[in-house]
Amino acid sequence: MNVKYVLKLNGCILLFDAVAMLLPVMVALYYQESSGVAFAPAILLAIGIGLPLFLLKPKKRELYAREALVTVSVAWFVMSLIGGLPFYFSHEIPSFIDCFFETASGFTTTGATILTDVEALSRCMLFWRSFTHWIGGMGVLVFVMAIASLAGGNNMHLIRAESPGPKVEKILPKANTNSKLLYGMYIGLTFLQVVFLLFGDMPFFDAVTTAFGTAGTGGFGIKNTSMAEYSTYIQAVVTAFMLLFSINFNMYFFIIAKRFSAVWKDEELRLFFGIVAVAVVCIVINNRGMFDSVGSAVHHTAFTVASIISTSGFTTVDFNAWPEFSKTILVVLMFVGACAGSTGGGIKVSRILIMLKSLKKEFTALVHPKSIKTIHMNGKRIDDETTRRATSFMICYIGIFVLSMIIIAFDNMSLETNLTAVAATLNNVGPGLSAVGPTGNYAGFSPLSKLVLTFDMICGRLELFPVMILLLPQTWKKY
Amino acid sequence: MKIIIVGCGKVGTTLVRELAAENHSIVVIDTDAEKLEEIGNMLDVMCVEGQGESVSVLRDAEVESCDLLIAMTKSDEINLLSCLLAKKLGAKNTIARVRNPIYAEGINLIKDDLGLSLAINPELAAANEISRLLRFPTAIQVETFAKGRVEIMKYAIPEGSILHELRIHQLRTNLKTTVFICAVERGNEVFVPTGDFILRAGDVISFVAPIKVANDFFSKVGAVASRIKNVVILGGGRITYYLTKKLLESGIKVKIIEIDLNRCEELSELLPEAMIIHGDGTNNHLLHEEHIENADAVLSLTGVDEQNVLMSIYASQQVPNAKVITKIKHFDFDDVLKGMPIGSIVYPKHITADRILQYVRVMQNSWEAGMESLHRIVDDRVEALEFRIRQNSLILDVPFADLDIGKGTLVACITRDGRTFTPTGKDSIQMGDTVIVVTTHKGISRLEQILEDETV
Repeated sequence: MNVKYVLKLNGCILLFDAVAMLLPVMVALYYQESSGVAFAPAILLAIGIGLPLFLLKPKKRELYAREALVTVSVAWFVMSLIGGLPFYFSHEIPSFIDCFFETASGFTTTGATILTDVEALSRCMLFWRSFTHWIGGMGVLVFVMAIASLAGGNNMHLIRAESPGPKVEKILPKANTNSKLLYGMYIGLTFLQVVFLLFGDMPFFDAVTTAFGTAGTGGFGIKNTSMAEYSTYIQAVVTAFMLLFSINFNMYFFIIAKRFSAVWKDEELRLFFGIVAVAVVCIVINNRGMFDSVGSAVHHTAFTVASIISTSGFTTVDFNAWPEFSKTILVVLMFVGACAGSTGGGIKVSRILIMLKSLKKEFTALVHPKSIKTIHMNGKRIDDETTRRATSFMICYIGIFVLSMIIIAFDNMSLETNLTAVAATLNNVGPGLSAVGPTGNYAGFSPLSKLVLTFDMICGRLELFPVMILLLPQTWKKY
Repeated sequence: MKIIIVGCGKVGTTLVRELAAENHSIVVIDTDAEKLEEIGNMLDVMCVEGQGESVSVLRDAEVESCDLLIAMTKSDEINLLSCLLAKKLGAKNTIARVRNPIYAEGINLIKDDLGLSLAINPELAAANEISRLLRFPTAIQVETFAKGRVEIMKYAIPEGSILHELRIHQLRTNLKTTVFICAVERGNEVFVPTGDFILRAGDVISFVAPIKVANDFFSKVGAVASRIKNVVILGGGRITYYLTKKLLESGIKVKIIEIDLNRCEELSELLPEAMIIHGDGTNNHLLHEEHIENADAVLSLTGVDEQNVLMSIYASQQVPNAKVITKIKHFDFDDVLKGMPIGSIVYPKHITADRILQYVRVMQNSWEAGMESLHRIVDDRVEALEFRIRQNSLILDVPFADLDIGKGTLVACITRDGRTFTPTGKDSIQMGDTVIVVTTHKGISRLEQILEDETV
């Protein structure tokens, strides 16, 4: 284990955190908010710890799988801790654990909040909260590596550890160019959304924060009612962009490269939109009585379905009040999640597709014991390792889920609350049902439960394995 | 013509024999001295021992003055290299056998750069032939002419068929069909029948007809088989690969039984939609576990001829309604096989040799002579030739009644303006026609040769 190098990279992340916090400081200056002062100690602390670490000179600069996984998971915890300091110093969120929860929820693009009154926060804090979504959406280390060209440019291990999906592949030969291209598309799409929102007469500040929340598929709103107060046009734009940000970014590359058939034939994409369409139809049939017209039922259902499956968590209506069938479908969507290679969370459509295919293969093997079958996706063979890893992901996922539910059950909330709280954090959705529903929040949980849920958020964002490896004794052995 | 053949394996030897019979001067290059001696004793050819990709060996074979070099060694790379060298050294035309499916895709891209006149893929050709057979399950053999508009098929007349004791000219009157029976095999005899010929049960007839007419004929003689929907293939070689790809495209379900685990995995990767079973095709327990009895067609395509024959006999017994096809690689006893219940037989080496022979014949003449394709119907005793009329000739516009067409030669059908018909005495051949001629004479390469006094 190359501890020095891991520390150096984490120092790098802290410095990046410090730079990132300059942006809300500027917002504070613009709106002349005194709470902007709270960023100063946070920035100083980040530089104070980060700079000496960054200046470390490790003998070896190779980043192996183990180092990469540890770096990524440590970095995400560190980032969330430091990023929570401004809330703490400004006393806008008094408890440090709450600050940690809120920031982790931001970086992991969960959007779960412990705030009962969001609008009470100052603008620079609201901006920082939404900005964490945008930073966390695409992955921090990958971004930093791409810019700093650290790790000799070959940071495939880091990219794998930080990017969502069962199989991460480069679409360009050089990892750095690859990351830059993905970020370019990310920034471009975010910018496009801001423009679209401004067309709907959304205030500039609201448009930017909403775009940050959508791009990262996070879901922090700056209003207590999330998106409910905005016009239908704005809600529709957000619906569209939530879906756009939850499909594999490689698709945009294919579109740019005019490889339309690759997009059209992509099995994951087809399944994703298939699920969205079926879910919308099912729910509208079930809940149309609650709306004035079918049109408005479709509008709000589409928004909610897009919000849940993209694991954003914006709301226009209180879906907690919907009939049980509709709510059940939404909970199922939480688990499904977005596509691989997007900014969304959840189990991922492609992973589900792989597991279904391997299940089909197993069933075939029962009927034809001697048959030999390989699993294909988009015409390419899925190797056994990927399938195996998807299965172990699922086992691990269920394990963490069950353990988390048992621990937070001590708070004596309803089973529905507990189940959806864990589902909404582990899948990076945000709002759940019942007490943690769209109108509720996570404030009612004990500090221990909040820590568990924070852990779940980071686990979910990094897709379990990088965090799990931290807990593995053999990771820390010298040989 | 002067032809050099590099490599005399199964196909190479077949080719040498066929081409020598057509009076070409042939040089054979091979590394196996024993084999060369055998060929040299048997046929009037010159033998050069050595490697086909060696310049000095090619020079020894006088490549600079040859009209055609045919590379038929086991290795694709050597074949391509020999052709490339030969072309550089002055050979006029080259033909290479390229069988690796990976090359098959790219070969058309580089064919011109390599100066290759023809790249032939025996397995692909065999797969095409088998897929044609599966389209007409009642026929024993199917070949296409005139860009697929006309088919030539073989059909065994079963006991109790209405064709039994029927004169050929009665086909038109009694059955109202225009199929043209061009050859009849009875026992070991082959007839090119006239109108008075009486068909019998047990005869194997070869006839030429457009697809529609053929379908109509089969339904009239009560030999309609339902469309083939699922196929069991024993053996997962290259033919299986090409064939399965084709069958899956047309919506036919394919189950492949292959004994080699690695090959199974390869196939499952290449053909994700096919069901690949790892096991021994000669294990009848496995065959029944996989419900061979419900298959519409059973194809024995393993690399071992004996095994193929046995499995086909077994399949014919167990699944009497299925179409059975047997691949024979190098078993030479055709007459022995004829009596066995092994369904249609496919000889990849004949298919390859036919294709090359066809090319040589066409090459021999100017383009205007117009021979388009050649198929051998009954082993090598009857040939069907396709001509496209591009130049004026003394036989054009003369009614058939006035033409003195040689014995053992028939004009089977004419395609004119997209319409195909069987000519009567009043019809004549016209400019632009595609004419299909069936003959027992060998070496015909110009249409004029069908006349009695021109016969070679």
